[in-house]
Amino acid sequence: MLVKAKGPQQSVTANRLIDGVGVWLGAGNQWVERVADAAIFEGEAIAEALAFAKEEEKRQLVVDVYPLDVEATPEGTRPLHIRERMKAIGPSVRRDLGKQAAGPTPAL
Amino acid sequence: MPDTTVPNAHSNQPADAHAGVYRYDEFDKTFIFERVEQFRAQVERRLKGEITEEEFKPIRLMNGLYLQLHAYMLRVAVPYGMLDSTKMRRLARIARVYDKGYGHFTTRQNIQFNWPELKDIPAILHELAEVDMHAIQTSGNCIRNVTTDQFCGAAADELVDPRVYAEILRQWSTLHPEFTYLPRKFKIAISGAPHDRAAVQIHDVGLIAKKNGAGEVGFTVYVGGGLGRTPYLGTKARDFVPVAEIIGYLEAVLRTYNQLGRRDNIYKARIKITVNEMGPEKFIGLIEEEYARLPRQKYYIDPAIVEAIEQHFAPPPWENLPAVSAKFEAAKAADPAFARWTRSNLSAHRAPGYAIATISVKPIGGIPGDIEAEQMEAVADLAERYSFGEMRVTHEQNLVLAHVKQDDLYDLWLALDKIGLGTANAGLISDIIACPGLDYCALANTRSIPIAQQISERFADLDRQHDLGELKIKISGCINACGHHHVGHIGILGVDKKGEEFFQILLGGDATQTAALAEIVGPGFSYDEIVNAVETVVTTFVGLRQPGERFIDTLARTGHAPFKEALYARA
Amino acid sequence: MPVLDHGREIEDRWTDLADDAALPAEGGVIVSLERWRAERDALIARGQPVGVRLKSNQLATELVDDLAHLGVVALEFPKFRDGRAFSAARELRERFGYKGEIRAFGHIIPDQYQFLTRLGVDTVVVPADRVGPAWAHALNEISIAYQPALQDHGTVSLLRRHVKAEIKG
Ligand code: HEM
Ligand code: SF4
Repeated sequence: MLVKAKGPQQSVTANRLIDGVGVWLGAGNQWVERVADAAIFEGEAIAEALAFAKEEEKRQLVVDVYPLDVEATPEGTRPLHIRERMKAIGPSVRRDLGKQAAGPTPAL
Repeated sequence: MPDTTVPNAHSNQPADAHAGVYRYDEFDKTFIFERVEQFRAQVERRLKGEITEEEFKPIRLMNGLYLQLHAYMLRVAVPYGMLDSTKMRRLARIARVYDKGYGHFTTRQNIQFNWPELKDIPAILHELAEVDMHAIQTSGNCIRNVTTDQFCGAAADELVDPRVYAEILRQWSTLHPEFTYLPRKFKIAISGAPHDRAAVQIHDVGLIAKKNGAGEVGFTVYVGGGLGRTPYLGTKARDFVPVAEIIGYLEAVLRTYNQLGRRDNIYKARIKITVNEMGPEKFIGLIEEEYARLPRQKYYIDPAIVEAIEQHFAPPPWENLPAVSAKFEAAKAADPAFARWTRSNLSAHRAPGYAIATISVKPIGGIPGDIEAEQMEAVADLAERYSFGEMRVTHEQNLVLAHVKQDDLYDLWLALDKIGLGTANAGLISDIIACPGLDYCALANTRSIPIAQQISERFADLDRQHDLGELKIKISGCINACGHHHVGHIGILGVDKKGEEFFQILLGGDATQTAALAEIVGPGFSYDEIVNAVETVVTTFVGLRQPGERFIDTLARTGHAPFKEALYARA
Repeated sequence: MPVLDHGREIEDRWTDLADDAALPAEGGVIVSLERWRAERDALIARGQPVGVRLKSNQLATELVDDLAHLGVVALEFPKFRDGRAFSAARELRERFGYKGEIRAFGHIIPDQYQFLTRLGVDTVVVPADRVGPAWAHALNEISIAYQPALQDHGTVSLLRRHVKAEIKG
């Protein structure tokens, strides 16, 4: 279930329209494929980032845009909710598939 | 034995020529390829921005395409669960070429691919169309894939072959102009036998075959069943509708629902809510009024149509065999592991010397319903060798070979065992239904697959499973109930408790002709506790049971109290 | 707003009248069900064509005693997902034998156009920025139908296709 983001630090995620792959808004408003590289927004920047992402939706780049609560860690941005960590990692029952297949990813 | 009755004796026939599937004629083929091209154009319009995501979403859903957590998911219809080896091999090819080498059988007898790309979907649909398959109406607020009894055409207790009517309803519901933008999805299940193996009472409409006093065949019609957040068993709308009138009657049901079903709240939009808010009697009265005035002759199913469709499902050329196979008996005596499999995974066939074999897609510790492309191909080979090239997908996420000679059973089981599909657990505690849950599903509260895997491993000992007897565990990762937890003997429902995965236990559900909804026993358990809690329920049952009792029999006799106590009174 | 018939834009002979708008001296008007009920006699006495708009929660039955006076019944799609108008069209034609024009307006997508025509809808009102070849195209994408429909335009119904096959065989 989608959990409403309400914390002070948020990122913005979506799925790429063409292949459905999960993406996050990174530095310089570029979509990145690893949550660790997701930009962290605070205050008014959250709404701005979200507005930009919605525009990207209209440009047929992404779908299902929404914000999520995150924290900064030495390994990069980390989602606070298990659903968002699952999206960032891949199915926990198939460690060979999804983002985790590309290399070491943090535990769920 | 005249060898004309031996399958494959005609070398010019494909090995699955006698499989009980509906083969497309020129009209069906024209239609299905037109539909693929229509979707190809729709995808192009979407990619160009001519239609918005809001407008595209129902279109893609009606073509089986979801967006999940990690990727798109394509749900391919397996009409009433029937596959032939040609179709199965094509599914394997799609898994390998367009996906990640596997598929997932669902509780609605369909198959899902978890990683396709939007740009490839038209090509996939084209490949499906080449083997008479599609993904039409496997999702969306329309009439969904009609499901039925996985033993149809082979079971001994059948009054009508439900495939005939399932196929008629498939055609009738395909792109139905009036009923494609319903308030919510609409699921129909048919049982051709009084013994309900299709869980008809948990469907929006359920049909069970019966004979009336004059010996005519018809259906008892149930409306308003469903699971989800407010589960209901269907209410009997009509005790008997003659088979020829079933489409007319369904038109009346659907029209009443389309006009009066709620559209203000997605959680109250299923027919079950309308039926029960209005009162079943009033709703059924409206259906009857509608039925009385619609031009019934227009919807009357001509016997010629029935006959034409029946030909697709003609019984395969069974051989004349003695009722008892010496070879089979000898193999059972010699190999106890095989004997154990025959106890759980075989069902009675109507032809002497044959058996119905359930192939468990629930290996110990495996992902319920997941199957690798290589396994699909191997099963297709085995089906050709032993069952006229035919396979069925069951709503319990297993496969069935419906026409196996008892003489062949041992060889079949040895071959299945080699590819990890020979587990002797059909109907037992490790034959678990589990929804995709948080591992894939964007709506999930919790994971469900790992819970199924851990329970399966906890009870890995097959002798212990057989000793426990029939026990159905069904797990859903959220209240939508895709894993049927409401009708599990033991149901498990995943809930979110302050961002943590929690699991409620429900007891006493039943999806057969004695349908019942399970009840929650008490507060939920954490991810680390839930498997222990299930074991507590099971050991409580073992302590209480009387000889010959199944889990639900004991539960019915003792009530929930001793189970509750065992679960929550641990000091 | 542009009105489509068989996928082509036609000249609209109806004026869609808001409840508080004055009646024009000449020409056909479409009014809400409420206004029709309030001003029924006057609208008939006016001697000009008149039609009624139904909201998606207003059943076709509401008009059963009025249909003889109505040149058009306009069915609203507040959202394209709200498919009640499909049943309303069917009821108007099949149950009440209505012969006048049925039009659909509101949020409609080309992918629904063929269903609408099969249920007896004649015209579709489309926002100007959404007029395009997709509409005419949508009428021809699928040439087979599995249900008996009102206007079968050469499609093959479940019933007829097998009867046909019988004769051939
Ligand atoms: C992963 C993507 C899926 C999504 C987004 C999804 C969504 C839903 C939703 C929203 C409902 C509740 C509908 C309602 O009550 O109105 C539901 C029910 C159901 N789904 Fe799923 N589902 C998914 C996967 C599955 C799978 C894999 C299966 C089969 C194994 C399945 C079978 C069912 C069944 C049998 C029901 C409930 C029974 C009923 O019709 O009342 N779903 N699903
Ligand atoms: S029950 Fe919930 S978690 Fe499971 S598949 Fe259905 S919607 Fe997803």
